[in-house]
Amino acid sequence: MCKLTTPFPAKSERKEKVNRMQQNKAPAKVQAEPPKKKRWWTKDDTELTILALPTTVWYILFCYLPMFGIILAFKDYTITPGANFLTSLLNSKWVGFENFKYFFGLQDFPQILRNTLLYNIVFIILDIVLPVTLAILISNIYSKRKSKTYQTLMFMPHFMSWVVVSYFVYAFLVTDKGLLNAIIRAFGGQNIPWYSTPAAWPFIIVIMHVWKTIGYKMVVYLASITGIDSSLYEAAVLDGASKFQQARYITIPSLRPIIIMMFILAIGGIFSSDFGLFYQVSRGAQQPLTPMVATLDVKVYQMLTSNTISLGKTSAASLFQAVVGCITILSANAIVRKFDRTSALI
Amino acid sequence: MSKKTKAVSGDTLSRLNRIHPATNFLFNLMFLIVALACFLPIIFIFIISITDNDIIRKEGYQVFVTARTFSGSAYEYLWGQRQTILHALWVSTYVTAIGTVLGVLLTSLMGYVLSRTEHKLNNILTILVFIPMVFGGGMTASYVINSQVLHLSDTMWVLIIPLAVSSFNVTIARTFFRTTIPDGIIESAKIDGASQWTVFFKIILPISKPVLATIGLFLAFGYWNDWFQAKLYIHTDDLKSLQAMLDAMQNNLEFLTKNPTALLTSSTDLKRNMPQESVRMAIAFVVAVPIACVYPFFQKYFISGLTVGAVKG
Repeated sequence: MCKLTTPFPAKSERKEKVNRMQQNKAPAKVQAEPPKKKRWWTKDDTELTILALPTTVWYILFCYLPMFGIILAFKDYTITPGANFLTSLLNSKWVGFENFKYFFGLQDFPQILRNTLLYNIVFIILDIVLPVTLAILISNIYSKRKSKTYQTLMFMPHFMSWVVVSYFVYAFLVTDKGLLNAIIRAFGGQNIPWYSTPAAWPFIIVIMHVWKTIGYKMVVYLASITGIDSSLYEAAVLDGASKFQQARYITIPSLRPIIIMMFILAIGGIFSSDFGLFYQVSRGAQQPLTPMVATLDVKVYQMLTSNTISLGKTSAASLFQAVVGCITILSANAIVRKFDRTSALI
Repeated sequence: MSKKTKAVSGDTLSRLNRIHPATNFLFNLMFLIVALACFLPIIFIFIISITDNDIIRKEGYQVFVTARTFSGSAYEYLWGQRQTILHALWVSTYVTAIGTVLGVLLTSLMGYVLSRTEHKLNNILTILVFIPMVFGGGMTASYVINSQVLHLSDTMWVLIIPLAVSSFNVTIARTFFRTTIPDGIIESAKIDGASQWTVFFKIILPISKPVLATIGLFLAFGYWNDWFQAKLYIHTDDLKSLQAMLDAMQNNLEFLTKNPTALLTSSTDLKRNMPQESVRMAIAFVVAVPIACVYPFFQKYFISGLTVGAVKG
């Protein structure tokens, strides 16, 4: 909800602050001289605080209160009859890491972890290689009008919800009526029951992920490509650089900061997954597809909606995901920071 | 890269630097295929939705429409159930409208306050907005808080408030306010005796339309496409939006027949007469079409928002 993977331009801000200080030097001096003694808290501060109040309350209720909800993961939550949630929570027994032990001891835990990590690694690679390649290719097309049309059409899946997409997929994959099996039959093959063939699902999931995100990622990279100084290319042509060399030595290095940033964000999200992709496209991640499509998010959701698994155990699963996610994003950032300070997020 | 440069030499250079016409043709062909692959599914489900149900049962989904296979019965059926659908449409619209306004307001307020670096609480508030970006309590904790502590389950508000603010949007707003609005404007307004309240609503908001539009669009599409909140928190049919309805119908079409008018006829009767396959696809099409028609006009705001959020980092 509130946890959104995004750049936080702290560093560029510092630069801005310096600029700002330089720009404001003259007026600041004029203002600073007469009163000399500055009040610590001004009317301005009060007004700004009031302006920030509604959003601050929102943050406390919907981001910080749930952070205290993680206590649940260390308790055996039982409802005290007639009491509200908080008293029940306080009355519940502390169980230490029992809930975590349960979660790590689940039979399908290794599988879920494997799915989450492997899919994300494949996505991270494809999400950089394919859109950057396509963006470079499309920037070479003669007709700008055609290029715009392709971009618009490729952007469409980004605006479709996974629920709608799951209907698209259904129309292709459903065994007896689907388009894919019709094509297979036309070539003399047999119907394949896709929704009960787990082996096919890694490919289906990856294809659907690429299908939905490629257009918009390409457009983001393309926006950076159009921002590259054209004189660089002109100089390269005069020196006899081929198209390939231009891409290799001008375009890709220019895209480096944004590629690194997308990479850090993706690494930070390596323990989370797009719930809609795994749950909706597979129509509920039911057996026998579960071993192939269940990721941490799917598992947490299934635990949350099941009647037999306690809230504490579900909390433990959810907290595990949040903590490792936080660790990965911070360490990915630290590593990038070591090599290239300007590209790091924090 | 055929860049349009004013200098003549640049022009000839860029012509020199063009790809071979054959390569150009090849690229065009490739992108045409990719673009169609992205767009054709929506056409495909439309064709299914206007195909006769008996034909579907016997021959599977059709790729083309002919006089033999055409049938408008799915849409006739939907028209018969318009009360349910219009109600869901109303929920979607209501949630999107209220949520977008609320979200833009909360986001721009916080963005503006964060952009005032002279504010004494600036650092604290920046940290307040930053922490949720790297750490959250997780799905379960949010669920417990929203349903048990804030008692938002089965209310309209659970579809609206939790999605109203995101640190990403706040950052976009703050970056915009800080980089494009000159301090002089705010200073001079304050010298004229304006309070921060007046400065924000009378000066900042009117001149920040581009960024408000971008954030508003992010939010509007998010609200319109949201089904997850409803899946977790909404159990009454009254509060199901179009997306939630579509989600509920994935496994059983009974949702449609559960509406008040259906009580007049027996629901088994209704189910039997329903052109199952084509109705499913007809509803998916009806849900997808408004977005598919609208997004090309807003595409550029999306790109500008994404690049503000991304490149500034």
